[in-house]
Amino acid sequence: MDFLQPTSWADALAVRAERSDAVPIAGGTDVMVDLNFDRRRPGALLDLGRVPELREWTVEDGTGGVGATGGVGGSTVRLGAGVPYSRIIDDLGARLPGLAMAARTVGSPQIRIRGTVGGNLGSASPAGDAHPPLLAAGAVVEVESAARGVRRIPAAEFFTGVKRNALEPDELIAAVLVPEAVGPQQFCKVGTRNAMVIAVSAFACALHPDRRAVGTGIGSAAPTPRRAPEAEEFLAGELESAGLWESRGDLPDGLARAFGERVAAAASPIDDVRGSAAYRRHSLAVMARRSVTWAWAEYQQDLRKAA
Amino acid sequence: MRGRSGHSGPSVSTDAGTRPATTATTTPGRIGDSPLRPDGTLKVTGEFAYASDLWHDDMVWGVTLRSPHPHARIRGIDITEALTVPGVTAVLTADDVPGENAFGLEHADQPVLAVEFVRYEGEPVALVAADHPETARRAAARIRVEYEVLPAVTDPRHAMDDDAPAVHRPGNLVRHLQLRRGDQSVTAPVVVSLDVEVGMQDQAFLGPESGLAVPAEDGGVDLYVATQWLHVDQRQMCLALGMPPEKVRLHLAGVGGAFGGREDLSVHVHASLLALRTGKPVKMSYSREESFFGHVHRHPAWLTYEFGAERDGTLVYARARVLLDGGAYASSTAAVVGNAGTLGLGPYRIPNVAVDAYGVFTNNPPCGAMRGFGCVQAAFAHEALMDELADAVGLDPVTVRQRNGMREGDRNITGQLIDSAAPVAELLQIVADLPLPPQRDADADLRALPGSVGNTTHGEGVVRGVGYAVTYKNIGFSEGFDDYSTARVRLEMTGGEAVATVHTAAAEVGQGLITVEQQICRTELGVERVVVHPKNTAVGSGGSTSASRQTYVTGGAVQAACVAVRDVVLARAAASLGREVSQLRLDGEKIVGASGEVLTGLAEVLGEDAVEETREYRHRPTHAIDPETGQGDAHVQFAFSAHRAVVDVDVELGLVKVVALDTAQDVGKAINPDAVVGQIHGGSAQGMGLALMEEIVVTDGHVRNPSFTDYLIPTILDMPPMQVKVLEYADPHAPYGVRGVGEPPTISSGPAVAAAVRAACGRPLRRVPIRPEHITGT
Amino acid sequence: MDSQITLRVDGAAHPLAVDTRTTLLDALRERLRITSPKKGCDHGQCGACTVLLDGRRVNSCLVLAVTVGDAEVTTSDGLAVDDVPHALHRSFVEHDAFQCGYCTPGQVCSAAGILAEARAGWPSAVTPDVAADTVELTDDEIRERMSGNLCRCAAYANIVPAVADVARAEGVRR
Repeated sequence: MDFLQPTSWADALAVRAERSDAVPIAGGTDVMVDLNFDRRRPGALLDLGRVPELREWTVEDGTGGVGATGGVGGSTVRLGAGVPYSRIIDDLGARLPGLAMAARTVGSPQIRIRGTVGGNLGSASPAGDAHPPLLAAGAVVEVESAARGVRRIPAAEFFTGVKRNALEPDELIAAVLVPEAVGPQQFCKVGTRNAMVIAVSAFACALHPDRRAVGTGIGSAAPTPRRAPEAEEFLAGELESAGLWESRGDLPDGLARAFGERVAAAASPIDDVRGSAAYRRHSLAVMARRSVTWAWAEYQQDLRKAA
Repeated sequence: MRGRSGHSGPSVSTDAGTRPATTATTTPGRIGDSPLRPDGTLKVTGEFAYASDLWHDDMVWGVTLRSPHPHARIRGIDITEALTVPGVTAVLTADDVPGENAFGLEHADQPVLAVEFVRYEGEPVALVAADHPETARRAAARIRVEYEVLPAVTDPRHAMDDDAPAVHRPGNLVRHLQLRRGDQSVTAPVVVSLDVEVGMQDQAFLGPESGLAVPAEDGGVDLYVATQWLHVDQRQMCLALGMPPEKVRLHLAGVGGAFGGREDLSVHVHASLLALRTGKPVKMSYSREESFFGHVHRHPAWLTYEFGAERDGTLVYARARVLLDGGAYASSTAAVVGNAGTLGLGPYRIPNVAVDAYGVFTNNPPCGAMRGFGCVQAAFAHEALMDELADAVGLDPVTVRQRNGMREGDRNITGQLIDSAAPVAELLQIVADLPLPPQRDADADLRALPGSVGNTTHGEGVVRGVGYAVTYKNIGFSEGFDDYSTARVRLEMTGGEAVATVHTAAAEVGQGLITVEQQICRTELGVERVVVHPKNTAVGSGGSTSASRQTYVTGGAVQAACVAVRDVVLARAAASLGREVSQLRLDGEKIVGASGEVLTGLAEVLGEDAVEETREYRHRPTHAIDPETGQGDAHVQFAFSAHRAVVDVDVELGLVKVVALDTAQDVGKAINPDAVVGQIHGGSAQGMGLALMEEIVVTDGHVRNPSFTDYLIPTILDMPPMQVKVLEYADPHAPYGVRGVGEPPTISSGPAVAAAVRAACGRPLRRVPIRPEHITGT
Repeated sequence: MDSQITLRVDGAAHPLAVDTRTTLLDALRERLRITSPKKGCDHGQCGACTVLLDGRRVNSCLVLAVTVGDAEVTTSDGLAVDDVPHALHRSFVEHDAFQCGYCTPGQVCSAAGILAEARAGWPSAVTPDVAADTVELTDDEIRERMSGNLCRCAAYANIVPAVADVARAEGVRR
């Protein structure tokens, strides 16, 4: 197995173009498991740990536009694919609260020091903790190849199958573009232990009062991480028709529950050793109901961010 | 003294008056103290050599090829391609086993390497030695085994059906224990019953199986291995290797936890075969995944229980049927059935009893010893049923247990007299009276809530529950087993200082036995410096580090050897001083007279000589039970413990936060109070783990979660604060009055947690581990 | 394919050729015979292999040896200077914060890592104020931060005060 260790992004792309058999590795917390268990024997490993561009995050203001993130004049965080979870927790709790909450539940402290969102996206596990908040926030994955340059793929289109993503063989994940939160965000994850646990099911929601929209993300309850579009539209529509975005009044009885049911309906879970399909669906309904209630309460209290 | 904080300290009484008269008054680190572990500094830095840390410059690596099928006929094995892999030094199959191709703790029914059949997924089929473990693994992958897959028995409830495939001839029954006591036709005004199912638990010791076999010039082998009982390993190895014991020498390597999972052989014969074949030292170390296939597990169990009682809750009768899945080989299943049958109704006075306990063969992973040994499974049933009874008669869970709790002088269900303390009611009262944890703060951080930082509730759906359990466990080996330990103690002057050396083969697995051995030597010989000789088979058997027996039995042997050494020393002193032996004692390297006057020094008495004595210690004999009635004095000692669990349950999501897990236990005499509390913490955690998260999931004979990703054991965040209360009611029949400590907490903690979850969510929860979907009913 | 690397471990430089697939843990244990970090699970789920990499704790089974470069690897053994045990070593022994001890070198490295994290103000999942400059290692903080290190003997109740005592001495706990 060859070991390739570019020291710049341009070199990394050049190496990637030549070696489609190479497996990119950043923090290693996913890839190494496969290697140690001999689940894969790639022709080469492409270590991205020395590519400084990947380890930075910056804020881009909305005027320049960053594509289909939907931010209306808002800022977007350009999160380098190699920024570890520990830095997301440390630096981005205010800008990307949903992602930061999810980052706090990833693996163990040791894994959070090494693991990256880029790696999570690369593995594209349906249980990846970063995915639901990225979906709920309307994030965009920035990928690049030496031959064709940059592509921006909405997170909702990025996951194409169980542990499969939309990357072409010559592409690498450069960054993920996450609109800064303009409203409350929540992330919930069911695990059967209080630490170091893979999600039995997970849910993220985000209120986008700027565009009067609701974002969702479902984890561990379908072949891929996915949104619950009907639930999003349902809730946004109900809020709109009742004038609640402006009034910040209480949620009508049953609305959160109805939202939860729609979220559960969007899942297509399986039975496995971590949980049953029926439980996964049930837990999503509960998490969605609770989390949107918390988000709405926060919205009601947060008068500073008028839409 | 150490600055221990928190509220988990033991309430150990220290009555100096109970100490032997010969206790040295000046020597620290005696029994009743908590001296630091002699191996402590090596362990914290990592210099301590665990079996997996061993190295020999010339060594090669051994790996095991295992069966992918739960049941298959081996049509043929072709090793030619594997032999061509560069770096491979040996490939062995069943044909290469020189002795009898069989091993087993109680019955030698398990092949060293499979011959004709494989009977469980993971059964060893072939071995490879190579210059690198990776090379060996690749070569093993090139061994071609032609299997004819056979129908497998994977549901133990149907293992004894007429049409079930036979795992072994003549049939799939390992043991049926039948116990009948009292009036079999008695009825009662209150009847409660239930069915309980217990999943398969793994010992999950953190240091996977490992050993280094070194071929010797005499044609024998020296094996350095992590194990629980060197001599029972040796006996089995001699059979398989076709060698006498003097050529099969075992040495205890550092043991990274055991909990029953190292009672059966793992790498022992395999590494030795490869070493003898290649003429090189061979190291074998399992990965975590292989470890899940490389040792026995706790038996999954199906239990059907019925209690009949008076309207005041007094038990009239009990009927129980216990089924244990022994998996593909016998291991210690028969003894586990013995415990589940003879102790399976808990520490209660029940005049009329019918118990049938079965262990069966299936094509599931072999099951055997794990901490609590048959009592753990049964306790989930009898304790759940006691709560049912409490409900039925309108008593609280503590009172109903106290009303029926065993007392000294009672007879248990095998008719055995309980001839030392049985403080069931007192233990329950202690835990019931301990302060309850405060109600949850309204603004408590997420980690105080079920679901923790998973952020699944901010208080919604959270209900608190409290549960109790009390259990008892036999200490030492039972049913007539000749259970003994050997100790050799040597006393000499070295560099002007008296040094005692204690040599036993009893395995230190982390429980602190070597500290206890030192404490006993200091107490009996009055010397400060005690060297613990490396553990090996050059001394007689120390018996098994299991059944909570080592402090009792090996402790007894060390005491006996010390007393013998002391007697020699005092006799010499008496002769030279012209005094009566009875008027002399050893105290702090001095020979002291009746009124404490120093008569001479130990150095003067010993001179250049060393005094060395070897003694065996046997506890009182136990007896086989009657095959028809199950009556008899099966056990030597009983140990009692009670737990109270407090949980917060998110009843909508089925997530549990254990808020407190408080316990009281009678240990007879706390030889080392810190170690006692450590054992109670550890045992309680493992019981809680079984109640809430730990299960090897086996489907159609295949293990689905052989990794620490999906076999979950409690983390530091899962372990609640514990109040530990230790009672010391000396057992007059045991050395120093000790009572075994390690297992009882594993037995009572899980049922208490399960009861607390039931109390919170109101569901019957008849299966452990309790999964979220059981609580939510989805 | 082998790569020529130099590992700097516990203050000493070790040139060696490793297969590119070799983990840092295997390089330490099998090539350099530095067996202080233990192998418990092979995939970052037990923490027994925890070492410090330039002062930050990592699961050495999840790090490729070839990626370590010039970083300084510190094992629990390396925390002892001139054979004088580290304060954490003494505290773990005095608090009986282990039984079998297999997880302990990893626990000690993790504890050393969290002392550094607290001094630097890195928040944990339970830190009330994530923007604070320093973090006080309360019992809750210690538990949260030590949650990547399993102890099957469950010496957890003693690990917390063992770490707390050193934290207090280092000024990151009142």
